Amino acid sequence: MPDGAPPILEVRDLRTVFRLRSGDVHAVNGVSFDLREGELLGVVGESGSGKSVTMMSLLGLLPSPPAEVLGGPVTFEGKDLLRAGPEAMRAVRGGRIGFVFQDPMTSLNPVFTVGFQIMEPLRKHLGLGKRQARARAAELLALVGIPDAGRRLDDYPHQFSGGMRQRVMIAIALACDPKVLIADEPTTALDVTIQAQIIELMQELRQKMGMAVIWITHDLGVIAGIADRVIVMYGGQIVEHAPVDALFANPRHPYTQALLTTVPKVQGERVRRLAVIDGQPPILGQFPDECTFRDRCPYAFDVCHRLNPQRYPVGEGHDAACFLNDPGLAPQRPVLEVVDG
Amino acid sequence: MLTFTIRRLVLAIPTLLFIALVIFLLLDMAPGDPMADQPLTIPPEVREEMRRALGLDQPVYVRFGLWLYQFFVVEPLVVIDHLFGTAYSAGQARVISWQFKSPVMDIIVQRLPQTLWVVGSAYMLGVLIAIPIGIVSAVRQYSVFDQIGTFISMVGFSVPTFFTGVLLIVIFSVNLGWFPSIYDTQLRVTDWSSFGQQVRQMALPVFVLALFNAAQISRYMRASMLDNMTQDYVRTARAKGMDERTVVLRHVLRNSMIPVVTVIALGVPSVFGGAIITEQVFKVNGLGALLITAINANDLPMVQTLTFIFAVLIVLFNLVADVLYGILDPRIRYD
Ligand SMILES: Nc1ncnc2c1ncn2[C@@H]1O[C@H](COP(=O)(O)OP(=O)(O)OP(=O)(O)O)[C@@H](O)[C@H]1O
Ligand SMILES: [Mg+2]
Repeated sequence: MPDGAPPILEVRDLRTVFRLRSGDVHAVNGVSFDLREGELLGVVGESGSGKSVTMMSLLGLLPSPPAEVLGGPVTFEGKDLLRAGPEAMRAVRGGRIGFVFQDPMTSLNPVFTVGFQIMEPLRKHLGLGKRQARARAAELLALVGIPDAGRRLDDYPHQFSGGMRQRVMIAIALACDPKVLIADEPTTALDVTIQAQIIELMQELRQKMGMAVIWITHDLGVIAGIADRVIVMYGGQIVEHAPVDALFANPRHPYTQALLTTVPKVQGERVRRLAVIDGQPPILGQFPDECTFRDRCPYAFDVCHRLNPQRYPVGEGHDAACFLNDPGLAPQRPVLEVVDG
Repeated sequence: MLTFTIRRLVLAIPTLLFIALVIFLLLDMAPGDPMADQPLTIPPEVREEMRRALGLDQPVYVRFGLWLYQFFVVEPLVVIDHLFGTAYSAGQARVISWQFKSPVMDIIVQRLPQTLWVVGSAYMLGVLIAIPIGIVSAVRQYSVFDQIGTFISMVGFSVPTFFTGVLLIVIFSVNLGWFPSIYDTQLRVTDWSSFGQQVRQMALPVFVLALFNAAQISRYMRASMLDNMTQDYVRTARAKGMDERTVVLRHVLRNSMIPVVTVIALGVPSVFGGAIITEQVFKVNGLGALLITAINANDLPMVQTLTFIFAVLIVLFNLVADVLYGILDPRIRYD
C-alpha cells in the first residue's frame, strides 16, 4: 500500500519491565518501529514473545505496578505518549487510537447494554448528546454488519454470538474515527468462517475509514493476505522487519524461517512443526545482552552467546537482528535458503 | 421475573409448613413444664385444670393444627380488623403467650420497634460503611488504608459481639460515662433532648453490630471488586479512554455489587439472630430478649411463633436475594 507515506506512530526503544515479587520480567526490550498512515502492519511471534505487552505499553494499558514502561519516545500526533499526562492519554485511547482485544467473550462488560458501551466513547471523546450518540451507535453497529442494528442496541453482550461480539468490539474501537487501530489477535478466539468474515470486515472498514492498523496474530496465513509490512517479535524484541512479500520470499532470521515452515502449505501435506522451534520463548530476568534466540537456533555460533545482534539492514525496508547477516562476523556463513518445501 | 417470584413463593409454602412442624415437634419434645414457675402450693387438680386451659391435654397434631390455624388465619384477620375496623376475628382464640397471658403477636409488635431501631440501623450503617471501605481497599490494594481495613475487619469479624459489647460498655459507659449502658425501652422521642438521649443509648449497640456487619461485608466487597478489576472488560473500558473514576465506579462496581447485594440480602435474617446476644448485653428489650425470656419461661407458643418468624425471614430473604440477583445481572433469566 502507501509506501512512502509519513509515519503517524513512531516507537523508539520501548522497554517494559514487570517488577514482580519473584523478580523482574523484561517483556519488551528495546522495540522500535514506525506505523505509516493508512498501512496495515502485521505483528507475528509465538505466544509470550511480547506482542501484546508492546501494544499495551504504548497506550499505558498495563497495570502499574507491576508494569514499568521505559525508553521511548513514542511519538503520535506530535506527542510523546509515554510522557503524556493521564488526561491526554485518555483522549488518545479510544479517541485517536482504537483497540480490539483477543477475547470478545470477556471484553465487553456483561451488565451494560451493547448500545451503552458503544455510546460511552462517543459521549466522552466527541461530546455527543444522548440522542446523537445513540444514532451514531446504531450506524456503527450497522457498519460492522450487525443486522437490525437500531434494535440490538438495547441487547446485552450475552445475547450476541462470539463473532457478533467481536463486531461490537470493532464498532467501539472505531467509534471515534481513530487514526490508528490496534487489533490484538482479534480473530484467535473465533472459528474459521467467522474469522474470515471479521478479516474481510476489517479490510473493508480500513478502506472506508483510511486508518492505519496494527494487526497482531499468530497466523502467518492471515498476515500474508492482509499486511503491507510485517514485524516478527521474539523475546520482547523485533527480530525481523520487512515488507510482506520480502518476508515470505526471503526471510533472513532463523526464527522467521522456522515460523514460516510452520505455515500450512496450500497444496501438499501440512509441514510438521520444525524441530528447531522446540522449546519456548525465554522469560527474561534481565535485559538481554546476548541473542535471545540462541538456545533454539540451529545456526548459533560463539558471538551469539556474547552479544545481542542489532537489526542489520538486508534489503529495501527489510532488516533482521541476526549475526548471520553480518558479513564480518558470520563464520563460513551457512546458506540461508528459503525454507519452502 | 414475576412468575418466578410467584412460583418461588408458592414453593415456599410447603417448606415453611415443614419448618413449622419441625419446630413444633422439637419444642414439644424438649424437657420443661410451663407450670414450672407456678407456686408449688397449687394443688395437683388445679394444676391439671390449668394445663387443660392451655390446651396441653390435647394430642400433638391437634395442638399443631390449632397453632397453624391461629397463626395463618386468626392473626391475619386481626390485622385486617385493625386496619379496616372490621370484626372478622371476633371471638376467635389467638396464639396466647403462656407467660404474659396475652396474644403473642401483640407482644411481638410491641417489641419489634426496639429491635428494628437498633438492629436495622446497625445493619444499614454497617452496609453504608462497608461498601466504600471495600471499594477503596480494593482500588488501593495493600496500601496503608487497606492494611488497616483488613486488620479492623479481622478484629470486627473474629471478636464476638458480646465481647466488644462488654468492652465498649466498660470503656464508654463505666469509665468515661459518655453513653448509658442500659437501653431504656420506655424512652419516647418527643423533643430534641429525648432524641439525643435515644441516639446516645443506641450508639453502643449499633456500633457493635455495625462493626460486626461492616467487617464481613467490606471483605466481600473488596474481594468482589478485586475479582472484577482484573477482568478483560475493565481493560476495554480503559482502552475506550474512560477515566479511572468511571472505570471503577461504573464498570467494576456495577459487576461487583451483584454478589455483594446477595450477601447483604441473605444477611438480614441472620442479623436478627445475631442481635439476640447484643440485645442481652445492652439490655435492649427487643425480639432477641423476648425470645430468651420465653425460652427460660417455657413459653412454647412465644418460642414457636418467634422461631417461625425467623424462619419466614430466612426463606423470604433468600427469595429477595434471588430476585435482586436477577435484576442486577442481565445474564440471569428466571423463566
Ligand atoms: N501482567 C503481567 N505480569 C507479569 N508478566 C507478564 C504480564 N503480562 C505479560 N507478561 C509477560 O510478558 C511476556 C510477553 O507477554 P505477551 O502477553 O506480550 O505475549 P504475546 O506475544 O502477546 O503472547 P500471546 O500470543 O500469547 O498473546 C510473557 O513472558 C509474559 O509472561
Ligand atoms: Mg497477546
